[in-house]
Amino acid sequence: MAKQATEKSAPPVETITIKIDGKEVEVPKTMPDPITGKPVATTMIQACKIAGIEVPHYCYHPKLPVAGNCRMCLVEFGMPAMGRDRKPILNDDGTPQVRKMTLPYEPGTPRGAIACATPISPGMEIYPNSPATKQMRESVLESLLVNHPLDCPICDQAGECKLQEYSVEHGQAESKFAETKVHKPKQVDLGPRIMLDDERCILCSRCVRFSKDIADDDALGFVNRGSYNTLTTFPGKPFDNNYTLNTVDICPVGALTSKDFRFQMRVWFLKETKSVCTSCATGCNITIGSREEKIYRYEPRDNDAVNACWMCDEGRLNYKWIGRKDRLTAPKRNGREGITWKNAIDDLATRLSEFEPKTTAIIGSARQTTEELYLLKKLADHLDAITDAPARVGEADKLLVNADKNPNANGALVTGFCSGEPGSNLSKIATDIRSGKIKQLIVIGEDVTKHGISAKLLEKVELVLVSDILPNETTKKAKTLLPGSAHAEKRGTFINVKGRLQRFLKAVEAPGDARPESEFLAELLTIVSGESYPSNPEGLFNKMAAETKALADVKWADIGDLGVDVKI
Amino acid sequence: MIVQRKELSWWERLYIPAIISGFRVTVRHFFKKKVTMQYPEERWVVPEGYRGAPYLVKDQDARTKCVSCQLCEFVCPPKAIKITPPGPKVNKSTGNVEKEPADFEINMLRCIFCGFCQEVCPEEAIFLQKDYSLTGESREEMIYHKDKLLELGGTHQDDIMKWAKKNQEAKAQGIA
Repeated sequence: MAKQATEKSAPPVETITIKIDGKEVEVPKTMPDPITGKPVATTMIQACKIAGIEVPHYCYHPKLPVAGNCRMCLVEFGMPAMGRDRKPILNDDGTPQVRKMTLPYEPGTPRGAIACATPISPGMEIYPNSPATKQMRESVLESLLVNHPLDCPICDQAGECKLQEYSVEHGQAESKFAETKVHKPKQVDLGPRIMLDDERCILCSRCVRFSKDIADDDALGFVNRGSYNTLTTFPGKPFDNNYTLNTVDICPVGALTSKDFRFQMRVWFLKETKSVCTSCATGCNITIGSREEKIYRYEPRDNDAVNACWMCDEGRLNYKWIGRKDRLTAPKRNGREGITWKNAIDDLATRLSEFEPKTTAIIGSARQTTEELYLLKKLADHLDAITDAPARVGEADKLLVNADKNPNANGALVTGFCSGEPGSNLSKIATDIRSGKIKQLIVIGEDVTKHGISAKLLEKVELVLVSDILPNETTKKAKTLLPGSAHAEKRGTFINVKGRLQRFLKAVEAPGDARPESEFLAELLTIVSGESYPSNPEGLFNKMAAETKALADVKWADIGDLGVDVKI
Repeated sequence: MIVQRKELSWWERLYIPAIISGFRVTVRHFFKKKVTMQYPEERWVVPEGYRGAPYLVKDQDARTKCVSCQLCEFVCPPKAIKITPPGPKVNKSTGNVEKEPADFEINMLRCIFCGFCQEVCPEEAIFLQKDYSLTGESREEMIYHKDKLLELGGTHQDDIMKWAKKNQEAKAQGIA
């Protein structure tokens, strides 16, 4: 896959050969720092990851600066022995002698090093599975669990809790701690979206580092000492930046909880679907957690080419409209239900064939999938219609949020549905309606009354076809109204602001008789044009890609979970 | 296989002796202890450890023991249990337990009385009790909701009282 990911042709990095678990591994001498991007010495934990061995850790996070305070990643290691002449001591067979590190004052006891902060050096040996390493892990876990409340039945993290997982994997079955645990407040309101359970916190400081170094809002910190050490915000200052919910994701235990998701559903019931956020043109990769056709949460999904492993709170919480009670669920003609999809589409096809060229306008939406915009463009070509999609402009920030609030403006460009900036044709369409030049209007996925075509102006045209997800002023006036699907209810692709083509999968069923727009548009277009259009997204995408210059040699299967870059 | 039919003897062919011996058995049973019961007025007393219908229990402080962890819902083989979690709204009445199910449904038509729910429950909040004959006039009636389950379940004498103990400890340390 030549186009997969962003391949930066960085200069080759010098490598070091070390031994991990008895196997020789060649690892780069330096790796980019997660914050500055400058090369820094590779650490043991990174080397182990390259070797395919996971060293358990809490405070270490690949995208955050190293803190080294949880001690979970302690490993036993050895270094080449040096003689008094500062030359390596050799074994009888000529190989350098490696000595396991021991405590200087107690030579019989192995000395561990924290894998997250110890740089590797040539000839080093790491023993991530040795008995000494295992014992260190057991002891660290025991100490972390001293004041942990063990209230897993009421903890939202249960099921995805690192403390649970490592306790099972590396811990002891019984606690030796007979004293009374230190109790801390359980419902601390940190900000509008975050609730903190102080007792559960293991003081890894991931959230502190995230807020300071990634979100650029140095809002969190620790107060008090020893067992009374507590995470807190500055007095009177709420933790309310637009990225706070990421701290819930990176919290290895259930200390930081999302007020939105709190006590809503246990995580092991959630079906995880790979998808893309639709709140702005950045197109952060997300995982949709759903159960029984209800969406419970969005979580960011790792993609270094787009969003690393973060997403903004605004995008994360923008899912509730999908499950709204007033969704459009049945095709309607003149405001009345009772027509079948087949009837509706056959009628539409007949009606469209009666149109005179150049008398139709199609207003689509840059929130539709690329495939849908392609079909709309084809329909427009067939009717010789004028097309456009409204622009949505908001505020951008330095991290992820883009000013363009449409997730697929570039899809509209690539397919030719919008010839320039989205929204540039809208005023012309309005003028042409006023002058009577445009007699029919097709609207897909937008409320045009909010984009310069007033409800009064809509009286002047025949609103042949309207498709939307939620009812609005435009859907009220539709001659034929077809219920569409939200992105979580269908498969398709978006092209983000940087030209990354990303695909999303279906998480839940659309309510009632609602169908994906690409499906019914393909059916309609097949009848109208006489050419066959596949109604499944794979076939449609491949057909579109073959016909579109920018997507020239991309196939649906090539897009993968992380997307591919295309030239706009 | 061919089964050889035994030729009946003269005595056997008379039939009368066989009928008489049959009647003797019948008459003997008239004077024996009855093995049948006048159901439903009389009911069988189930043995200890019998697995009847699962019900929710309260502890001696009348606290609903279930904390809506949904492990029983997960483990239930016929998927008879459906729990509605409480949601994010802070419930002051639950104190340090924080969670109590908004609703707890057991579809008794689906329940197979396997006892997995009781076994998996980390809070000792659900027990298979002694009811074995559940009736109703509709399917809806056979879906038992939280209130009904708690009423049928009664009180469980909790020897540990872990939440109350935690609360006490916290209070002693000055944490409200």
